[in-house]
Amino acid sequence: MHELAVTQSILDIALRHAEQAGAQRILVVNLLVGDLTGFVDDSIQFYFSFLSEDTLARDARLNFERVAPRARCHACGAEYTPPDSRIWTCPECEALGGEVIAGREFSVTSIEVE
Amino acid sequence: MEEPKQSQTLPVVEKILSANDRIALENRKLLDEHRVLAVNVMASPGAGKTSLILRSIEALRGHLRAGVIEGDVAGHVDADKVAETGTPVVQINTGGGCHLDAPQVQAALRQLPLDEIDLLFIENVGNLVCPTGFALGEHVNMMIANVPEGHDKPIKYPGMFTVVDALVLNKIDLMPYLDFDREAFHTAVRALNANAPLFEISCQTGEGLAAWVKWLRARSAKA
Repeated sequence: MHELAVTQSILDIALRHAEQAGAQRILVVNLLVGDLTGFVDDSIQFYFSFLSEDTLARDARLNFERVAPRARCHACGAEYTPPDSRIWTCPECEALGGEVIAGREFSVTSIEVE
Repeated sequence: MEEPKQSQTLPVVEKILSANDRIALENRKLLDEHRVLAVNVMASPGAGKTSLILRSIEALRGHLRAGVIEGDVAGHVDADKVAETGTPVVQINTGGGCHLDAPQVQAALRQLPLDEIDLLFIENVGNLVCPTGFALGEHVNMMIANVPEGHDKPIKYPGMFTVVDALVLNKIDLMPYLDFDREAFHTAVRALNANAPLFEISCQTGEGLAAWVKWLRARSAKA
């Protein structure tokens, strides 16, 4: 996908918050990533190591908290975890399809600094 | 003596794409001020994005004034085709980028005569994955599937099918020559997206185009 550009955004956010707090070094960047975003952890970590070389975030570890998709049935309103195939069928009423209520998250939740 | 370093956790809670989202909102505001309906056109390479846009411009003539932003990795082949119709067009070259983003669209909007446009087609980069991740400021997200690429695309690339407001299945004139399972396609699309209208068309023969254009006009009137 396009992990290089978004990794730069992650680094920018982390550095801005670390500098505001007067931190010397960023140790960990905690991320919340929904499974439906398609972002690949290893790829983001790879670019992060490369982009952060001359910054406070050098050698920082990225910690990914993944969020599994959740859907809400259009027909009966039941909430369920759709199968990987993404052919979403409500387990309650067997109606096809559902509204995505989780799985599209993509944010920096916190950073650990010293 | 240096004090021992204390590590601490700083709460951040910031959306990683917030910079893009902010500019997308600015784009949306600008479009609304000029009463322009923006349609983000997404599909794989060769699905018929430019063909559908050209056909739509032709059918909308006399009803709605079109404008086009063309997104491609390189070249201006598509923009040239649109310009031949006398339609205002701006080409964006992403230089390897796999999708358009809001800042690119913002730059393009500045070059378009927005007061002379009612309906703006934003042709995204040919790709079934990345364009869905980046808001541009559009009002309508649509995608074009096509018969030769096969009926299994909703299953293999579900993300885009779930987020669009309308779908077009293009190249239906080729149906007799290919083993495209129409029913399997419809079932898969409905499972991913229960509400978006699906228009079966052929940009080659013009079949089915009227319904798509009618929907566009209705959508534009609502905006």
